[in-house]
Formats: sequence, C-alpha cells, structure tokens
Amino acid sequence: MDRRRFLKTLGAGILGTAGTTLTASRLKAEGVVGGKEFVGVLVDTTRCIGCRSCEEACAEAHDLPVPDISDESVFEKRRDTSVTQWTVVNRYETKKGEVFVKRQCMHCSQPGCVAACLVKAMKKRKQGPVTWDENCMGCRYCMVSCPFDIPKFEYNSWNPRIQKCNLCWERLKQGEQPACVEACPQEALVFGTRRELVEEAKRRIYQRPEKYVHHIYGEYEVGGTEWLYLSAVPFEQIGFRTDLGTIAYPEYSTGFLYAVPIVLILWPMFLMGVSYITKREEEIGREGETR
Amino acid sequence: MNGKTATPEIKSIKDFMVFIRGELKPKGKILTPFNVISAPVMLLGVILIAYRMVKGLSSITNLSQEFPWGVWIGFDVMTGVAFAGGAYVLTFVVYILRSEKYHSIIRATVLNGFLAYVFYAGALVVDLGRPWHIFNPIIGNKFGLSSVLFLVAWHFLLYMIAEFIEISPALAEWLGWKMIRRILRALTLGAVIFGITLSTLHQSGLGALFMMARGKIHPLWYTQFIPILFFISSIFAGLSLVIFEGTISHRVFSDQLDHEYHTKYNDILVGLAKGCACTMLAYFFLKVLIFMHGQHWPYIHTPWGYWYLVEVIGLVLIPCFLFLRGAIDRNLTVIRVAAVLTMVGIIINRLNYTIIAFKWYVPLPVHYVPHWMEIETTLAIIFAEIWVFRWIINRMPIMRHPPEWAIEQEEQIVR
Ligand code: SF4
Ligand code: SF4
Repeated sequence: MDRRRFLKTLGAGILGTAGTTLTASRLKAEGVVGGKEFVGVLVDTTRCIGCRSCEEACAEAHDLPVPDISDESVFEKRRDTSVTQWTVVNRYETKKGEVFVKRQCMHCSQPGCVAACLVKAMKKRKQGPVTWDENCMGCRYCMVSCPFDIPKFEYNSWNPRIQKCNLCWERLKQGEQPACVEACPQEALVFGTRRELVEEAKRRIYQRPEKYVHHIYGEYEVGGTEWLYLSAVPFEQIGFRTDLGTIAYPEYSTGFLYAVPIVLILWPMFLMGVSYITKREEEIGREGETR
Repeated sequence: MNGKTATPEIKSIKDFMVFIRGELKPKGKILTPFNVISAPVMLLGVILIAYRMVKGLSSITNLSQEFPWGVWIGFDVMTGVAFAGGAYVLTFVVYILRSEKYHSIIRATVLNGFLAYVFYAGALVVDLGRPWHIFNPIIGNKFGLSSVLFLVAWHFLLYMIAEFIEISPALAEWLGWKMIRRILRALTLGAVIFGITLSTLHQSGLGALFMMARGKIHPLWYTQFIPILFFISSIFAGLSLVIFEGTISHRVFSDQLDHEYHTKYNDILVGLAKGCACTMLAYFFLKVLIFMHGQHWPYIHTPWGYWYLVEVIGLVLIPCFLFLRGAIDRNLTVIRVAAVLTMVGIIINRLNYTIIAFKWYVPLPVHYVPHWMEIETTLAIIFAEIWVFRWIINRMPIMRHPPEWAIEQEEQIVR
C-alpha cells in the first residue's frame, strides 16, 4: 500500500468511526437503533389497584426474595427500589383519592448510567432494555449519573453487583413480555413498541380528557424514557421529579468530551512553541554573557 | 551535608543489594512524636481495609443507595488531586517558561504530586466495589468511550507515568546510574508537555464527572462551567499546598538545605503568593459571572446561600486579598495563613460537590456523614504518603543538591 492510499484509508477510517458514533446517537434520540424500535411499558396509574402482583412476578422471574403481597402495611411509608426489589409499588394520597405508582428503572432512551459507565457494564440493548454486566468495577458512577436514582449497589457483599430492573431482558430475547406486565390483573401495564405506547397514551388522554392530566411522563423527560406514565393528578404529587428537563443526560458531558481532542492537540503545540521561544532567549542570553 | 552525598559505586548485583539494604534502614530517630502517632493509625488502617475487602463496603463506610460517593472520592480523590496540581503548574514555569527562580523546589513538588496520585488516587482501589476489575478500562474489557470517568482513569495512569519520568533523574542520581540519568533527563521536556496537557484534562475532568449529577447538586454549585472552575482552582490549590508543604519540610529537612537556598526561598514564596492571588481573582470573577448569569439571587438568603458565601467570600476572596497583601509587604506569615485558608476552601469546595451540597434536598438524618473508620483509613493513607515522602527525601537528591557528576551532565545538556 503506498503512502497516499494508506493515509486515505486511515482518514476514512477515523471519519467513519466518528460518523457512525454520531449517527448512532442521533438515531437513538428517535428511539430507533439498527432499524429496530425500542420497546417499553405504558403504566396507567389510574388503573393500578396496588395489588403488588408485579412485585411478586418480578421477584420470581429474577430469583429475588418474593415479597408477601398480602401485607398492606408496606404502604405506610414510601419505599424505594432496593438490591432485592427491582420494582416497588407506592401509595399516594391525592385529591382524587389513593393512587398507586409502580417504580423501577425507566430505561431511558439515552441513559445517563450508560454514558457514565467506563467499562460498558451498563448497556443499552438494541431492543431498549438497559442491562448490567459482570465486568463492572463497582465505581458507582452510574448511581451518581442516573436522574432517577435507580441503580442499587450491594454494599454488603465482597463481590457486589449493581441491581436494577432489566426490563426482563432474558424474557424479551425469547419473545415473551416482561413478567410484571404479564402478572398485572388490571392491565395497568401495557407492553409494546415505544411509538405504539405513546399513541395509545395520547388516545386515552384524547378520549377521556377529564380523567388524565395532559402529560405523558417519559415522553420527553430526560430525552425520553422507555417506560411511560399516565396520571390523573400532576406528576409531582405522585413522587415524580418534574424538574429534570428534556435534555438527554449524556448531552451534559458531551461539551467536555468534545473539548478533549482539541486540548490534546493544541496544548502540546502551544507548550512546545513557548518552550522553543524561551530556549532561544536563554541561548541568546548565554552568548551575551560570554561576550 | 550539602552537595556532596556519596554516589555509590555499584558494579554488581551484590553491591546493589548491599546498597539497598543500607538505604532501607531508618535514618534518624525512631520515636518521634509523628511516628508514635502515625504508626498505629496506619496499622489500624491496614486492618480496616482488609476487613472491608472481606465484608464489603458497608462494613466500614456510611455509603448508601442515596449517597454512592463519600469522603474517599470527595476528599481523597477530588481534593487530593487538586492539591497535586502544583506539579503541573511549576513544571510549566520551570521547564517551559524556564524560570530559574523556582528550580530548587521543582523536585519536591513533582515528587509530592506523584505520590499524591499514587496514594490518594490509589485510595480509589479501596472504594471500588470490585477492585480486581480496575484494569478493565485499560486492558479493553470494554471501553466506555462516552464516559468522562474512562477519560479520567486513563489520564491518571498516563500522568503518573509522566510524573515518574519527570522525577526519575533523582532516582538515577541516588543509584549512581550516569547513562540512565542522561536518557531519563532527555525525556523530561516531553514528559512535562505531556503531563501539563493531561493535567488540564483530568483536573477539569474531575469536575466534568458531576455534569450528569445535574438534578442532585444545589443550583448554587451546579453550572456547565464546573470543569473550568475545577481547572482554575487546581492551580491555586496546588500552589497553596506547595507553600504549606514547603514551610513544613523546611523545618523538618533544614539540614539538607544550604544558606543560599534559604535566602532565595522567601522570593519563591512571594512569587507563589502572587500566582495564587492572580488565579484566585480570575476564579472569583468567574464565580460572580456564573452567579449573575444563573440569576441565583433568590438562593442567597437561605442557609445554602450563606454556606456559599462562606466558601466564595471567606475562603476565596479573603485569602486572595491576604496573598496580595503578603506579597506586597513580603510578609511570609500572612502568605502562610492565606495558603491554609485557601486549602480549607478547596476542601470545602470539593466536598460540596461530592457530599455536602450533593442531594441537598435530602433531610439531614438521611444525609451521608462519613463513618469514623472512613476518616481513619483516609488518615492512614495520608500518613503512608508522608512516610514514603520522608524516606525518599532522606535518600535521594530532592531538596539537597544533586551529586557533582549530575550537575556536570546538566550543564552539558543546557549547552
Ligand atoms: S432510569 Fe437510571 S438506571 Fe434506568 S436507564 Fe435511566 S439512567 Fe439508567
Ligand atoms: S458501578 Fe459498574 S456499572 Fe456502574 S458505572 Fe461503575 S463500572 Fe459501570
């Protein structure tokens, strides 16, 4: 290979990689990667009766301790997901009565946790789920970067794992639905492609405008999430953060990352230039002395 | 004792072993107050770390699902690395700008920076949940290229190598390796340029880590300029530490320094104070701009606002003014007080991002407060660093003059 060809290939290679990474993130923003649409779940909180079947099904599907779902005292206080509970249902008293809200990983379209992970242990799968892998170093940067505080860490173990909902990735691969969706007796959870779910959510709001607040939580929040929520009361009243903005979280660090190659090139050039100038001066100074 | 420390004649492996064995023996008194305090602390630290490796992080830390990062990240890594900033600033001044004035303190500063990285950033190993995977981002068990932390990890590693090269001529002088010293010396400028570039990136990178903690850090502290603020503050953080550390080592190792050095040293301190004052002024104005631009007035009359003022006025503007006064009056005491205040300010600033103003909306009882054992291990790590620092200073030409042959070599290189 002669030199020009070599340089050309090299250039094309670099541009090509840059190009694909950029387009990949563009496509992700639309919820489609590699021609596949992301799947997700629509939660209609007006239908949920707080039976906690989803909690039970989740625990069974992932070998976690199965909760006693007849015990209603759990609703006394607000629960968070934990290392042994990937999903929890909370009860909120509102003007429109009791509302039950299921909580789990939102499976963001452009997840902060994935952008944070330095070994890609957190991974956004082509179908939509965000999963965790064993090559994790346990730095917990994903926990710092998740807008919803979802990843949970096994602080008690010498070999800790990150624990969180994986959208039943192992079941999805077999063509099945997530365990919680299947277990829900009220059809409060609907599984489908994200596009269908948004349409369905809009249809419900359109047909019963008096029943719902006109907002689909997760449609635009943090750049869009695969889990979408409908509610009868404003979302901040049922435990959602409404101050997270619509910009995808990884965007916040891209500015810095883009600056890196520039610094990497410009700084050494500048330093070498200054060093050259000062060296010359030193030599001239020395000659002056001897003269 | 100045100047002529005997260069060993090492001809065989056996000579080498004899030499090293001699050097490993402690020099000076053993039962000093410092040793009496630090030795048990270090011993306990080792025990606690071993315990933590078996029982998991919760056995000796107060970390929680709400607060995944505690003092080990907030103090050891964030603050420790900021304090190590003196090394890149001074190598810039000495090797790039070729200012002779600071030549006498460059080695101690670089050594300090190097050890800070090894020990404080090394403390990260204790903090990692799965430390045996620490090499994954290096050996390519998946490259998380989109991660700021990936960048920081690589830069730490490369920077340690660059600093090691910068300090290595002293090592060669200690061992009497003339040829090797010549080679290592030739690498210095490259290592310096590389080192400064890396420093810029990872000092600001540590700040960039918090860009995605957007909803969690109090608005008075969260801004898109965190990386720049971290970078600028690392300059005066590093210089303040040089002033502080120099003041102490001056007393402790005074037998290694000659008279000429002592007279020059006052000039150096004044120069460093001016450097601090300038960068702090720039930092302060950037802070004000961000404050105005973010329209943060409503927050000022809250407890968080007062806390913010303590940091920005009390621990940036006031020490900045003191540095200026001290430099004008050539008052070294004022300069030293300013350096200590500045260092306190940096500690508080970094802890604000990681711990104090992090999840400020969480009620106090749930908020993270370090466990005494976390602080204990941190102390143990700091003491270990001081022990190694002292060991090296007492053996290698860091503060005292290099051997004659090295000075000759140096003159040849400059010509
Ligand atoms: S909710 Fe958190 S853990 Fe889940 S995908 Fe989004 S950033 Fe990741
Ligand atoms: S804790 Fe594990 S999964 Fe989370 S960012 Fe660190 S390496 Fe990645």
